[in-house]
Amino acid sequence: MTIMDGSINGTYVVTDISMEGNIMRRLESLGINSGTKLQMMNRKRNGTVIIKVRGTRWAIGRDIAGGILVKPAKEGMSDGNH
Amino acid sequence: MEIIKVGFVGNPNCGKTTLFNAYTGANLKVANWPGVTVEKVEGEAVYKGQKLKLTDLPGIYSLTSYSIEEKVSRRCIMENEVDVIVNVVDASALERNLYLTMQLLELGKPVILALNMMDIVEERGMEIDLHRLPELLGGIPVVPVSARKRTGLDVLLHAVVHHYEEKHRPEIVPYKEMIEEKILLLEQELVKKYQISDNARWYAIKLLEQDEEIASLYPVGLPEVLDRSYEKEIINQKYDYIEEVLEDTLFYKSEKAAFTDKVDGILTHAVWGMPIFFGVMAVVFFLTFFVGDALKGGFEVILDSISGGMLHLLGKMGVADWMVSLVVDGIIAGVGGILTFLPNIFILFLALAILEDSGYMARVAYVMDGLMGHLGLSGKAFLPMVLGFGCTVPAIMASRALEKEADRRRTILITPFMSCSARLPIYVLFADMFFGKYAMFAALSMYFLGMAVAVITALVIHRAETHRSHHTLLIELPEYKTPNARTIAVYVWEKVKGYLTKAGTTIFIASIIIWFLLNYGVHGMVDEVSDSFGAMLGRWMEPILAPAGLGMWQVGVALISGISAKEIVVTSFCVLFGINNINSATGMALLTGQLAEVGFGPLNAYCMMVFCLLYVPCAATIGTIKKETGSMAFTLKTIGFQLALAWLMAVLVFQVGSLL
Repeated sequence: MTIMDGSINGTYVVTDISMEGNIMRRLESLGINSGTKLQMMNRKRNGTVIIKVRGTRWAIGRDIAGGILVKPAKEGMSDGNH
Repeated sequence: MEIIKVGFVGNPNCGKTTLFNAYTGANLKVANWPGVTVEKVEGEAVYKGQKLKLTDLPGIYSLTSYSIEEKVSRRCIMENEVDVIVNVVDASALERNLYLTMQLLELGKPVILALNMMDIVEERGMEIDLHRLPELLGGIPVVPVSARKRTGLDVLLHAVVHHYEEKHRPEIVPYKEMIEEKILLLEQELVKKYQISDNARWYAIKLLEQDEEIASLYPVGLPEVLDRSYEKEIINQKYDYIEEVLEDTLFYKSEKAAFTDKVDGILTHAVWGMPIFFGVMAVVFFLTFFVGDALKGGFEVILDSISGGMLHLLGKMGVADWMVSLVVDGIIAGVGGILTFLPNIFILFLALAILEDSGYMARVAYVMDGLMGHLGLSGKAFLPMVLGFGCTVPAIMASRALEKEADRRRTILITPFMSCSARLPIYVLFADMFFGKYAMFAALSMYFLGMAVAVITALVIHRAETHRSHHTLLIELPEYKTPNARTIAVYVWEKVKGYLTKAGTTIFIASIIIWFLLNYGVHGMVDEVSDSFGAMLGRWMEPILAPAGLGMWQVGVALISGISAKEIVVTSFCVLFGINNINSATGMALLTGQLAEVGFGPLNAYCMMVFCLLYVPCAATIGTIKKETGSMAFTLKTIGFQLALAWLMAVLVFQVGSLL
C-alpha cells in the first residue's frame, strides 16, 4: 500500500520509496526513509495528504505520496526504529 | 577591533528571522546574493564594545546542493563571509532540526547552537538536558533562547564573542565501519592532492554522497572507494545518531501537539477548508478597503493644508508661476496623491504578514492543492498568487519555491493578474468617482476578474500541453503560533518603506516628467494642455484605445506613464487635471466633472480599471521576470500577452457594455 491508502490518524512505517531521484533525495534528507514511522493526519479527495514525521507536519501531493510505500506500524514501536 | 562575521543558519520556520530581528531591529540591509535573487539580509549588533556583522541566511533543511537557497548558504559559509555559525533550531522539533546541525558540524566552522522556542518546550512539559546535549554535539556552546520572549539574547552574543574561534571535534556522527574506512581513504587522498587540511572529512563525506559541486571542484580517482553514492546510508546514520542524542537528552517528549492538530482539523478540513480560506481573504479585503478608507480621511486633510500652505508661501515669496505650478500641480499633486493610499497599503501588508507568521499560509497550499491540480499546478503555486495581492515583485520571486522550471514559468505568467497594492489606488479612485455606493463592489470585481483571468490562462496552457506535468507538492506545515509583533512590524515597515521610497523617487521623478510633458509643447510653455507634448503623445494612442472606450489622449498618457509604476496612472490623472487632492470630495467631484466633459463615464472608468488590471504591471516586475527566468524571449512574450489581453478585455467590456 502507499501512504495515500492509509486511514486518517493511522500510524505507518515506510517500506520503500520509489520516485524521481531529486525528489527522493529531498525526502530522504527530510528524514523520510525506509523504516521511518509516520502518522497520517489528513487527506484530500485528490490524494494530497498531511503526514507527521519526526515531529514535523508535511503536506505531500499525490504524485509524491503515491511513491511512499508503507505498512501499518505495530503498536508500541518507537519512532524510526529500523 | 576586528568585526566578527556571524551567519544565522536554520530550518524554515525555526524562528531564525525573529531572532535575527531581535538583534537588528528594522535596521536591515536587504540585497541579493551575487548572481542570484535570493534575499541577503544583513544587520549589525554590538556586544560589550565588540562589533558584530550578522547575516540572515535563507532557511534550509539540509546542506546539499539541490536548491538555490542551499547552494547560496553553503557557499557563504564555506567562503570567508562567515566566521561563526549561529545554528538556530526549533527546540520543540529537535529531531528534524538537528539534521542540519549535524551537517553544519561536519563542515568544521565554529558553530553555536541557539535552542529557540524554549518557551514552547516548557509549555509542553518537555525537558532538554542542556549539560549532555553539547557533549553529544562535539562540545559546541548550546544556548537556550526565546526569540519571541526575547530571553537569552545576551547570553547568545556572549557565546559568539567568546567562542567564535573555537573549533569543535570534527567527528560527531559515527558512521558504520565500511563508510568510515572510505572517509579515511578519501581524506588522505584530499590532503595529498589538494592540501585540504581543515575539514577534509566534510569533503570526503560529500564525495561519498556524490555531491556534484564538490565532485567537480575536487575530483579524486579512487573508483574502488567511490563505486556508488552512499548518500542514503550517510543520511540514515545521521538520523540514527540524532535519535541516540534525543534518547539521551530529551525527556517527557510529548507525543501530541494538540493545539495545532485541533486547529488543523478545522482549517484543513476536506469540506470547510476552502470556504474558510475565502472567508479569510474576504476579511482581509474588507479591512483593506473599509478601514483603510476611513483612515485615509486624515491624510487628505494634511495634504490639503500642505498644498494650500505651499501655494500661499510660494506666492508670498514671489516665486515664478512655472515654479509654483511645478511644486503644487506637479510634485504635491503627484506624490501626495499616492501617499494618501498609505493606510490601504499598510492594512493589506499587515494582514498578509499576520497570515504568514501565524502559520496559516502554508495550509493554504494544502487547501488549494486540489483546485490548482486542475490547472496543472501544485498548491504551492498558490502562495505566490496570494502574495501577488501585496506586490508582484516578491510574489514572482516566491515562485522559486516551485521545483520545476515549467511550473515556475506558468506561475510567473499568471501572478501579475493578481491585483497588487499599486493597482489599488486606481481601483479606489475610479470606483469612488463613478460607482458611488457600489464602489466597493466595483473595486472587488477587479480582484475576481484578475483571478479568473489567471485561472483561465493556466487552464488553457495546461490543456494545450502534450505531456501533462506532474505537480509535486511538498511543504512543511509549521505549528500555529501567535504572530510575533516585532516580526510583523519589521515586515510591514519594510513594505511601507518601499512604498514611501517609491513615492519619493520613481513617482517624484515621474511627476516632474509628466508635469513637463503636459506644460510644455513645441513652442515652449503652453497655456492649453492640449498643445503639450503629452497631448501629442496621447493623441497618437487615441485610435488604438478608442474601441476600448479609452480614446482620450489623457488616458493614453496615464497608461504609458503607468508602466514605470502602476500608481502613476493616478498621479498622471492628478497632474493632467491639476487636482491637488484627488481623494477629497471636492477634488474628486472636480475630476468627475472634467472627465464627463470629455465623455468619460462609468463604463469608460470600468474599462480603464480592467485595462490597468491586466496590462504590464510595472518596470520592476518586468525586470524581475527577466532576472528570475533568465529569458528575454519569455519576458517579451509575457509583456506582449499582457498588452494584448488588456486591450482585448477592455474592448470586450466596452463593446458589450455599450449595447446594454
